[in-house]
Amino acid sequence: MEANDKTVLICRGTGCESAKSPAIQTELMSGLQGSDVEVKFTGCHGMCQQGPIVIVEPQGTFYANVKLKDVEPIVGSLKNGGGPVEKLFYKDPATKEGLSTYHDIPFYSRQKRLVLQNCGRIDPEDIDDYLAEGGYEGLKKAIFDMTPDAVVQAVLDSGLRGRGGGGFPTGRKWKFTQDAPSDTKYVLCNADEGDPGAFMDRSVLEGDPHAVLEGMAIAGFAIGAQKGYIYCRAEYPLAIKRLQIAIEQARERGYLGKGIMDGDFDFDIDIFHGAGAFVCGEETALITSIEGNRGMPRSRPPYPAVKGLYDKPTLLNNVKTYANVRLIINNGADWFASIGTEKSKGTAVFALTGKIANSGLVEVPMGITLREIIFDIGGGMLDPNKNFKAVQTGGPSGGCLPESFLDTPVDYDSLIEAGSMMGSGGMVVMDEDTCMVDVARYFLDFTEKESCGKCVPCRLGTKQMLDILEDIVEGRGKPGDIELLEDLAVGIKAGSLCGLGQTAPNPVLTTLRYFRDEYEAHINHHACPAKQCKELITYHILDTCVGCGLCRRNCSTNAIIGEQKELHYIDQSLCHKCGVCFEVCPPKVFSVEIRTGEVKLVES
Amino acid sequence: MEEALSEIFLQFEGKREEIIPILQRVQENYTYLPEDSMRQIARFTKVPESDIYGVATFYAQFRFTPTGRNHICVCRGTACHVRGAPAILEEVAANVGLEDEGTTEDLEYTLETVACIGCCALAPAITYNEEVHGNLTKNKVRKLIKAEAGKNGSE
Ligand SMILES: Cc1cc2nc3c(=O)[nH]c(=O)nc-3n(C[C@H](O)[C@H](O)[C@H](O)COP(=O)(O)O)c2cc1C
Ligand code: FES
Repeated sequence: MEANDKTVLICRGTGCESAKSPAIQTELMSGLQGSDVEVKFTGCHGMCQQGPIVIVEPQGTFYANVKLKDVEPIVGSLKNGGGPVEKLFYKDPATKEGLSTYHDIPFYSRQKRLVLQNCGRIDPEDIDDYLAEGGYEGLKKAIFDMTPDAVVQAVLDSGLRGRGGGGFPTGRKWKFTQDAPSDTKYVLCNADEGDPGAFMDRSVLEGDPHAVLEGMAIAGFAIGAQKGYIYCRAEYPLAIKRLQIAIEQARERGYLGKGIMDGDFDFDIDIFHGAGAFVCGEETALITSIEGNRGMPRSRPPYPAVKGLYDKPTLLNNVKTYANVRLIINNGADWFASIGTEKSKGTAVFALTGKIANSGLVEVPMGITLREIIFDIGGGMLDPNKNFKAVQTGGPSGGCLPESFLDTPVDYDSLIEAGSMMGSGGMVVMDEDTCMVDVARYFLDFTEKESCGKCVPCRLGTKQMLDILEDIVEGRGKPGDIELLEDLAVGIKAGSLCGLGQTAPNPVLTTLRYFRDEYEAHINHHACPAKQCKELITYHILDTCVGCGLCRRNCSTNAIIGEQKELHYIDQSLCHKCGVCFEVCPPKVFSVEIRTGEVKLVES
Repeated sequence: MEEALSEIFLQFEGKREEIIPILQRVQENYTYLPEDSMRQIARFTKVPESDIYGVATFYAQFRFTPTGRNHICVCRGTACHVRGAPAILEEVAANVGLEDEGTTEDLEYTLETVACIGCCALAPAITYNEEVHGNLTKNKVRKLIKAEAGKNGSE
């Protein structure tokens, strides 16, 4: 047999782990024992929907949806030097053709993976893997070949902006903190990732934790801090575990701790476990929370750069912001500034989710259009027969953009202009079955619960908005509700201290701006165009029903009546509208219909 | 003072900024924050008990009643919401004998919702005793709960 330097990579991000990838790794290892094929586990490959994912390098052979029973043929093909296992290839959703390597898959080939370059390629629990990819070279260069001023200048020149949502120029923040006079300063990493429906920071922490540590250490050197904290949400146990392992290994090898790399720079990092409060993603709330208090924001100034943790100058950045830093130091500010648009440099990492074919983690150069992300990389709609309706970015602070905005370039300023925002990277795609009023209600329900209660307009205003939205989706909407929502939105935005309240009305405002007709249909016609709002829909069995009895047997309230082989009907007074009849009716027959609105009801 | 509690305190100095980590350790040990432990934490940190309650009630993670033997968290994140999380929550609740979030009287199940598990690509997702299950349908939920109940019974 010819010399073999193949490596099998198995993804063990949270997504693939939930699909039993650890067991697959064990099987692969025992199957390949004694051969010269190395088996390694990695963090997230990004294509979580197709997981568990197994990749064979150096060819880049890509196996999707690998099950335990598939391990045997994979091992067979590796041991005998045979061809790859074609039935495990990823199938192009459009052509149904199997694609053999990830280089061929549009999901990967159209991305630009910088922050994610190691995710899915290295073993996140082994520092040697990180070092082999040039790890800690940036820190070395910063400490030994650069002055703190030169580091800050490089970050300034690169044009890097904060990846936590606001997009504040990172270099300026570093400069402010560097200039603040004090012996003690802190470097904080915001890994609270509160946006529900987003997992970019989690994937970076799970897949490449050292990149974040290295960025923080470089920041510590630049601003003159000796101590860093990572504020990580408690819902991310795997991320916390991998961070802990990474911190210990970095200390052992002298990349953290006293006298880093035998120089005279000291810097160490600890993890703080968040306790489940969205508002703690806000910088001043995060700081108060570490100090052991209720995580309530305070007014700024003073900014944390001047007076932060324990009243000392404090630098706070997002996970991905820090992960970019070593790339800038290694490759130069000019290189970084050459990627992206004039005002938004570098790449953007998105968690692409919702009604999309290829859910997962993607990284694209700034300036690419929403259409390219959703249709070229994301592969279009989850159900190709459904129409695209909206894309939501920016989480509870952001907005929903309709089809006419699909050619909007993805950068900080264009998205804000369109009424949404970049946010920290959640991108949720919605199709014709998503009710936009319900989406607005969903976000208000979230912000109302998460409001810390300090500012009255935020605490009570969101409650009022939520009440109105609940009335609308439950069929009690009245003329004038829309105007009242708009009034409240203005008041809440103006009267709130922190970003939570200032942006809470955004999901309502953008849906009102682009989908006002849906609100009007709910209020004026008791109709939910997406047929989602339970109080506004009814289920009906059409006369094409063949009487198979499937729906009758599955109905939990015995609302469906009919003899076997005869036409069935639904007793509306018993129907709970769970939709199970719609789900189980055989596609060939397809006799269950959902109706909504006065007009349709009169017809029947 | 209970031994478990004093052992936890041994790992701390009793500083104000340790309150949240202490609460987390105590809850890890008891699955909730017993009334007496709150008093002890107040004494240990020399912070008024009302303040300790203030902190503990602010954060969603902390609870004051014990959890059931099986702990189910249903994700309510945006991705899960648009892919049918409300129906999943209903189904889980119905299958464990609850109306909504809460704990069953026999302490067999605790049902909670969380903002996001971070597995949004596999929406809708839940965790069952910390293990993530994704791409769920009502049918899969029913089977999962049955299978897990079977496991417990045979032990
Ligand atoms: C309510 C609220 C929640 C936030 N949540 C997060 C978060 O989860 N992660 C994050 O990095 N930034 C979050 N931010 C933004 C932070 O306040 C802060 O601007 C950011 O972490 C700074 O880092 P950057 O400059 O690298 O973006 C949040 C802000 C607000 C107002
Ligand atoms: S939205 Fe459910 S896991 Fe993120």
